[in-house]
Amino acid sequence: CLHQLDTTPIDPNVSTKDNVYQTVEDYNQGLAKLYAGYAVTGQQGPDGDGDLGGIDEGASQYLRRYWEAQELPTDEALNCWGDPGQPDMSTMSWSSTNTLNEALYYRVIYQISIANQFIRDCAGAEFDLSRQIAEARFLRAYSYWHALDLYGNGVPKVTEENSVGADLPSPWGAKHNGDELFKYITSELESIINKDNEQHLVETGESMFGQANVGVAYMLLTKVYLNAPVYLDAALLPGDYLDKAETYVEQVLNRYSLSESKKNSVSAYQSLFLMDNYEEGNEVIFSINYFGNQTRTWGGMTYLINAATGGGMDRDYMGAPGWGGNRALVSLDKYFDNVSDERDLFFYGEGHTPEVTNFYEFSQGVPVMKFRNVDSFGNPGDATFAEVNFPVFRVADAMLMQAEIKVRKYGEHDKQVFTKLWARANRQGQTPDMTLKNILEERARELYWEGHRRQDLRRFNSFTKSEHVTAWPFKGTNTSTPNGISNVDSRYELYPIPASEIGANPNLNQNPGY
Amino acid sequence: QSKTVKGTVVDETGQPLPGVAVIIQGTARGTTTDFDGEFTLGLEDQDETLEFSYIGYAKKSVEIGTTINFNINMEVDAEQLEEVLVIGYGSTTKKDATGSVEAVTADNFNKGAINSPQGLLQGKVAGVQITTGGGAPGSGSTIRIRGGSSLSASNDPLIVIDGVPVDNDGVSGMRNPLNAINPADIESMTVLKDASATAIYGSRASNGVIIITTKKGSQNDSSINVNYNGSVSINTLNDQIDVLSADQYRDIMSGRPGEHLLGDANTNWQNEVFKTSVSTDHNVGVSGNVKGWLPYRASVGYTLDNGTLEGSSMDRTTLNLNLSPKFLDDHLSVNASVKGMFVNNKFGNTDAIGSAVAYDPTQSVYDSRFEHYGGYHTWTNSDDPLSGRSVNAPSNPMAMINQNSNTSTVNRSIGNAQVDYKVHGFEDLTFKVNAGYDYSSSKGGIYEGVETSWNENNGPAGSDDKGGYVSDYTQDKRNELLDVYAQYNKEIGKHKFDVMGGYSWQHFYEEGSTYENNVYGNIDNPMRLWATEYYLMSFFGRANYTFNNKYMATVTVRQDGTSRFSQNNRWGTFPSLALAWKINEEPWMQSANFVSDLKLRAGVGVTGQQDIGQGNFPYMPTYTIGDDNSKYGFYNPNTGQWEYINTTRPGGYDENIKWEETVTYNAGVDFGFFNDRVTGSAEAYYRVTNDLLNVIPVPGGSNLTNMLLTNVGSMENKGVELSLNTKIIQRQDFHWDFGVNVTWNDSKITKLTTVDDPSYEGVKVGGIAGGTGETVQIHRVGYAPYSFLVYEQIYDDAGKPIEGAYVDRNGDGVIDEKDKYIAGDPMANLYFGFTTRLSYKNWEFSLAGRAQFGAQVYNNVDSNNSAYDQLYVSANNNTNNVTTDIYNTGFQTRQLHSDYYVQDANFLRIDNIMIGYNFNNFLKGKSNLRVFGTVNNPCVFSNYKGIDPEIQGGIDNNMYPRPTTYMIGFNVNF
Repeated sequence: CLHQLDTTPIDPNVSTKDNVYQTVEDYNQGLAKLYAGYAVTGQQGPDGDGDLGGIDEGASQYLRRYWEAQELPTDEALNCWGDPGQPDMSTMSWSSTNTLNEALYYRVIYQISIANQFIRDCAGAEFDLSRQIAEARFLRAYSYWHALDLYGNGVPKVTEENSVGADLPSPWGAKHNGDELFKYITSELESIINKDNEQHLVETGESMFGQANVGVAYMLLTKVYLNAPVYLDAALLPGDYLDKAETYVEQVLNRYSLSESKKNSVSAYQSLFLMDNYEEGNEVIFSINYFGNQTRTWGGMTYLINAATGGGMDRDYMGAPGWGGNRALVSLDKYFDNVSDERDLFFYGEGHTPEVTNFYEFSQGVPVMKFRNVDSFGNPGDATFAEVNFPVFRVADAMLMQAEIKVRKYGEHDKQVFTKLWARANRQGQTPDMTLKNILEERARELYWEGHRRQDLRRFNSFTKSEHVTAWPFKGTNTSTPNGISNVDSRYELYPIPASEIGANPNLNQNPGY
Repeated sequence: QSKTVKGTVVDETGQPLPGVAVIIQGTARGTTTDFDGEFTLGLEDQDETLEFSYIGYAKKSVEIGTTINFNINMEVDAEQLEEVLVIGYGSTTKKDATGSVEAVTADNFNKGAINSPQGLLQGKVAGVQITTGGGAPGSGSTIRIRGGSSLSASNDPLIVIDGVPVDNDGVSGMRNPLNAINPADIESMTVLKDASATAIYGSRASNGVIIITTKKGSQNDSSINVNYNGSVSINTLNDQIDVLSADQYRDIMSGRPGEHLLGDANTNWQNEVFKTSVSTDHNVGVSGNVKGWLPYRASVGYTLDNGTLEGSSMDRTTLNLNLSPKFLDDHLSVNASVKGMFVNNKFGNTDAIGSAVAYDPTQSVYDSRFEHYGGYHTWTNSDDPLSGRSVNAPSNPMAMINQNSNTSTVNRSIGNAQVDYKVHGFEDLTFKVNAGYDYSSSKGGIYEGVETSWNENNGPAGSDDKGGYVSDYTQDKRNELLDVYAQYNKEIGKHKFDVMGGYSWQHFYEEGSTYENNVYGNIDNPMRLWATEYYLMSFFGRANYTFNNKYMATVTVRQDGTSRFSQNNRWGTFPSLALAWKINEEPWMQSANFVSDLKLRAGVGVTGQQDIGQGNFPYMPTYTIGDDNSKYGFYNPNTGQWEYINTTRPGGYDENIKWEETVTYNAGVDFGFFNDRVTGSAEAYYRVTNDLLNVIPVPGGSNLTNMLLTNVGSMENKGVELSLNTKIIQRQDFHWDFGVNVTWNDSKITKLTTVDDPSYEGVKVGGIAGGTGETVQIHRVGYAPYSFLVYEQIYDDAGKPIEGAYVDRNGDGVIDEKDKYIAGDPMANLYFGFTTRLSYKNWEFSLAGRAQFGAQVYNNVDSNNSAYDQLYVSANNNTNNVTTDIYNTGFQTRQLHSDYYVQDANFLRIDNIMIGYNFNNFLKGKSNLRVFGTVNNPCVFSNYKGIDPEIQGGIDNNMYPRPTTYMIGFNVNF
C-alpha cells in the first residue's frame, strides 16, 4: 500500500493542477482571481486564508495599500493610527523595513505572479481563451505600472516564461529609471488593444462594468506616456511620448463621457462614489467592484469608508461604523476656498478642528464624506462590508489629462474642461486660466482621495520638491511637527524595495538613497 | 536477642540478589542482603515473620518458625511498573535502558485537582517543561522536552497512548486533546528524551516522546477490586491585575478630557467576571481476573470542572476498558483497550478578561439607557445612546459573558488491540500485531443574540434584521494504525540478543464544516466543508546486545515515508546507536559496597520532524477555490444584472520541502547508592537541528506567495540534567522521600538564511496587543528563539522611565529600529522540579513545586493598558481604565517597545500540597479508605509585576488566570 503516499488533496475546495481547469468556466474563475486580487485579500472573506503572509491580512489589501501610498504622503490625507509603519506613510519618513510598504510591494508583485501563472495555465487549453489571456495581460501590465510608479524599473522581471520556484528573478534593469519595464508595459498594452492580434481586449461597448476593455487600456497607456518623464532617465525619454499620450487620450474620450445629471437625492458628482455607481459606466472607465457580503475584506472600500468615519460624524449617513483613521488636511480644503462646490464633501461638524496639532487625534483634520456606503437614495448597504465600487479611472481624469497634454505640448489650451467640471459641480466663480498650476489644483478638487495625488504631484515636480505646491502639514517631518517642510529628500520620490526582498534576492538593487 | 538467622536470596534465575530488604514484620528492624545475596539477622522471641522485598520483585513473607537458614527465591513482579519501562515497540527495565528514558508512575504523579495527563507530570522529569495554558477548565499545556528543536514546525512531543501515536493537531472544541484520558486511569507516563530512545519513532521524534500507559487488570489476583475516588474542589483566584479603583480613576480623570463620560458606579470589573467555583470529580474502577485467564479493568469517570471565569466549564465522562487475556499456554497474549470520552465545554468569553481590565470602573454593569443592548452599559458614538455602538471601544465585560454562548461537545475514542504470539516450539520469537484507532467527533459554536452591541448592524442591506451572530463547526477525525513486527530474544552464554523489526502504517483523516450567520440565518453564507488526510508508513528495527550483563549496545533504525513530501524527499532514515556500561557489575566494583547501581550511557541518533504545520500538501501545486465571501463580480449593463464568480487561486509551494533533521548526542550516568537509598541520573545533551523549517520571504515573483515554508537554517540546544531521589528516612512506619530535578538548557539559532547574510535581522514574531502588526520578538541568529527585541529604556534620577527616551545603542544619533536590542528570551535557562513525600503511620504528606530562572516575560497587560492618552479616546467617545503601573511610568502614550516591559520571570511555585489519612481497617478490614486534602497552586514567589510569570511563549496578555484549588477527596478500595 505504499502508493497511498501519493495521495492528493481531498478537500472540496482544493484542486490539483490536473483537474482544476476542465471547462471555460473554470478558467473564468482563475481570471476572476486576478480581478479579486485588487478587491479582497484571499480565498476566505474577510480573512482566514490570505494570499500574503507576515502582515495583518486586512492591512495587506491591495487597494488599501495602493491608496495609502498615493494619498497619505500628499497634501490630501493623513492617517492618525499608530500601528507599526503607519505614521511614517503620512509623514514621508518610511524606511526599507516599513511593513506597510513591504505589504504593498508584495501585493503588487503577487498580482503579477498569479497573472503569470494564469497565462501559463491557459497554455495548451482546448478552448479559445484569447480574451481571458488578454485581460490577464492587461491586469499584469496594470500592476507592473503600479510597480514602476512606486518602485521604479528595478523590480523583478517575471513573466509567463519563468516557472514557479525555479530561479532568482533579475530586475528589469539595473537602474531605477531605465526604460525596460516602461517598454514592456507599453508594448503589452499596445498589443492587446490591437484587434488584429489573436489575444485582444473587448471593445468598451461589449464590456461589463469593471472588466478590462480597450478603453481601459487606452486610459492606462495615456497615464504611462504622460508620466514617462517621471519614470525615465531624460536620455531614454521617447521623443513622441506626448504625441502618444495625446492620441490615446482621444481614444478614451471617444468612448466615455461625464455623468452630468443629478441622481435621485444626490449630485451628479456624488453619485460616482456611492453604491449604485455601477450605473455610471459612461464615466467610470475602470473600477474595483465591491458588493458587501460577497466581497468581504477589511481593506478596500470597507477600509476607505470606515477609516474616513469617526468622531462626531453620522454613521447612518456614511453607512458605516467608524474606525476613525483618515481625514483630509487644510491643504486640501483650501482648494475649495469658501466657494460653493458640490465636490466639497467635507465634514465640518462640531468637535472637529481642521488644523491638526495632535497627529493621533481623529477629531483634528477635515473628515471626508466622498465615499459613502449608501446608494443614491440614501439606503444603507451591508453594514459591515462596503458595497461601493472604487472608480480606478474616470473620464474627468482623462479630460484633465488631455488639457495637460495640450498645455505641455503646445504651451496653451482652452479652458473648456474647467468650465465643464465646474458646471457639473455647480461651482461658482470665474474659471481660472489653463495653466499647469491650475490643472494640478483642479485635479485636487476633482480627483481627491481617488488614489492619484502622489503620482500627480511627482509629475508636476511638487512631491518632494515644491514647484506648484509647497509644504503641507507633516510633510517630511514627524508626528510631533505639524509644520511640514517644502523640500524633502528626493529618495522619497520612489518607495524603497523592502529590505526583506533585497535580502531574499541579491540580484536586486535598492532604490537610490535607501 | 534470642537467635541469629541467616540466608541467601536468589532471583528467578538462581542468581544471588543483593540489596534485598529483609524486615521483621511489624517492626522497624531488618537488614539487606549483601552482594552474594546473603544476610544475617538477629531475632527476638516474639518475631514471627520475615518480609523480603526488592524493587521489581513480589514481596515475600516467610514464617520464621524454627528455621535458621533461609533460602529464598524472589519472583519478578510483572505488575511492578516502577522497574519496567515502556518504550517504543517494547519494554525494558531501568537498569537495562541504554537511552535517556524516565518513567513516572501513578504513585509519583502530582496530586490534587488535576484533570489533564500533562498536569500529572509537571515538574517531575528533568528536561521536561510543562506549562499550562492558563486556568480555564480542562485547559491544555505546552510540553517542551529539552527546549524544543523547531521554529515554525511543531515543538510538541509525540504522544503515544497505549501503543497508539496520536497526532498533535488537537481536536476542535477541546482545550486539551489529551483530555481523552482520565488521569485516574493512567498507570505510568514514560518520557523518551534522547535520540537512542526516540529514533524508533523516526520522523516524529525530534521533540521527544511521551508514552502513556493505562491501568490494566491483575494477572494473578482473581479477587474483584473496586476502587472509588471522589473529590470536591473549590477554585479561587488569589490575585487580580492591579487596575485603578473607581476612586483612583475619578481622581486621575479629574480635569482631563472625557471626564464628562464618567459614571457614578464603583465597579470592580474583575470581581464581576471572575468567581469562586466548585468542581467535582468521581471515578470508579473495577479490576480483576476472570477465571485466571482474563484480567480486566474497567472504569468510569466523571469530572465537572467549573472555571473561575463566569460561564466557563467542562464536564467530562470517561470510560476505559482494558482486557489482557492469554491463550494457548500463554503463547498468545492480547492487550486490548478502549477509551471513550464525552465532553461538554462551555468556553466562557475569555475576551472579557482583557475588557475587564480596560473597562471604566465608574460605569455600572447595567444601565437603563441601553435597553436595546440588553440593558448593559455600552459605549456609543455620541452621548445619545441610540447613536450606534462605538466599534473600537471595549465591550461591556459582563455583556460579553452573559450574551455569549460558546460551547462544544466532543466525543472521542482511542482503542487498540495488541496481539503477541510466541511461536510454539520456538519461544524466543514473538510476532506482534497492534491495530489501533483514534476517532473523534466534535461540534460546537457560538451564539450571540440580537442585543449584542458588538454585532450591532450586521444584518443584510435594507433589512430590519440587525442581528446577532451564530457560528458552528464540526470536525471528525479518523486516525488508524497498524503495526506488524516481530521480536527475537536469545541468550547464548554471556551474550544476550533482543532484536525487533517491523512495519507501521498510519492514516490521518479529518473533515469538517464551518458556518457563520446572523441569528435569522438570512445572510447568504453557505456552510463551508473541508477535508484533508495524510499517510505515514514506516519500517523500523531495533537490536539490543548485552555482553556479560555489563556491556550493552542498542541500534535502532526507522525509515519513514510520508505523503506530505514529494517522491524525491518522501523517505527519511533515522538511525541511532547507544552504548551502556554497567560499572557496578564489574568485579572490581564489588568492594565498593555503597554503590548499588552505576551505569554509564552514551548515545547518538538522528530524528526528524514532519509536523510542519502548513497543510498536508506543501510540496504540490494546488488550487484553492474561494468561498462565497471572497467572490468577484461584474455588472452587466445590458442585462442590468451582477454576475458573481468564485475565484480560483494557485497556491505557493516548495517542491523540495523535506524533514527537519535533528542530531542528538547524549551522555549520562545512572546511579544508586546505599542500597538505592539515593538514586538518580546526570545527563548532558547536545542537539543540532538542520534544514530547519522556517517561513521566510521568497524572492518576489519567484513563487505564488510572499512567505514560504522551506528548509533553511539551523539551531542547537545543549543542556545538562540532573535528577536525584533520596529516601531520607525509611522505617517501617515512617518514610520520607525527597526528589529533585534540575535542568540547564541553552537554545540558540545558528543559521536562518540560505546564504550567510550578517545584516539579516531575523524573523519577527511575537505579536502583541496594542497595534495591528506590532511584534516584540525575533528569531535571530546567535540568540534563543523568540528573543525579545526592544529599545533600552532610559530612566531619570528617581528611577522613573523617561517617556520616549531610549539608548542610542548604535550611536548614529538617531533612535530607530536599529537601536533595538535583545533584552532576553522567554526560555528558562535553569529550572527545577522537586517533590517530597512523607508518611508516618496512617498519615501521609506530599509537596511538589517548581522553579525557573533566566526567563523573561513581556508584560503586555501593562504595556497596553497604562498610558494617559488611553484614559479617553475621543474617536471612540469612551473612557478606559489603566493599570496602576501608570503611577510608576507616567507614560502619556504607550511605549510598547520599551524594555521596561521585559520583566524577569523567575519564580518558585508550590504546585501542590497534600495531606492524607488512611483508614486501613475500614469496614472491618474489607476495604481501605483514604481521605485527603490538597491545595493546588497555593503560591508563587516572584518579582514579576504581573499576576503570574509562568507564560508559555513569554507574552503576558490577559491569560485566563490559574486558580488556587482546595480539594477534599476520598478513595475507597473494596
